[in-house]
Amino acid sequence: MEVPILKQGRYLIATIQAALSDEDLQQLRRTLLERVIQFRSRGVIVDVTSLDVMDSFATRTLRDITYMIRLRGADTVIVGIQPEVAFAMVQLGLTLEGVATALDLEEGLAHLEQRARNSS
Amino acid sequence: MPDDIRVLIRSNPDIVTARQEGRALAALTGFGATDATLIATAISELARNIVSYAGQGEIILRIVENNPAKGLMIISRDAGPGIRSVDDAMRDGYSTSGGLGLGLPGVRRLVDEFTIESVLGRGTVVRATKWLR
Repeated sequence: MEVPILKQGRYLIATIQAALSDEDLQQLRRTLLERVIQFRSRGVIVDVTSLDVMDSFATRTLRDITYMIRLRGADTVIVGIQPEVAFAMVQLGLTLEGVATALDLEEGLAHLEQRARNSS
Repeated sequence: MPDDIRVLIRSNPDIVTARQEGRALAALTGFGATDATLIATAISELARNIVSYAGQGEIILRIVENNPAKGLMIISRDAGPGIRSVDDAMRDGYSTSGGLGLGLPGVRRLVDEFTIESVLGRGTVVRATKWLR
């Protein structure tokens, strides 16, 4: 299932669905980077609200996405990690070091705006 | 007791199927959202190990009873190369593939009981059980 990516001004919003396979995640990584370059996006939000499992592969891929996009000079925020998913991640020993997270889409956008203001 | 649920693991999409079956069975057994997520995450990691290291295998989901306790057992079975040192594999941070490792210590933390048997050249069987509280 392909992850829909919405362009909202200078930002891109990717909304992940529950049944996300490894291929979908790798596809998302490729597509997001392409779009960031194509639209000269300043920021990306990855909404994982519907995602019911964040295992080691998903965590690593989201971290890779963030680092790659950062190399393009854009920021990424992961929003909507569910409380039980966060609990499972910590138990499993997974971290999202150096990756910005926010409660929901609104706070994610606010974070990107804040970053844009600070850098201009 | 219902029959086991058996999910063949041959490629990445099977990982998603296994964890969805696991979540459904967890709900049926009476687990809450948090425990169901821990179970689904454990299945995801175990199924991923099958795909990455053994190529193929199976995840068996079983409702277990130990009066009056009830629980869900995840059995991960493969006929892959086996693990050279189970003790090493059970240490945090240990990896043979340069990745995040087998994630087995993490999986053990997600469940209440965890056993692993591995024979070089024969395969690996992991049993992970979560008890209903």
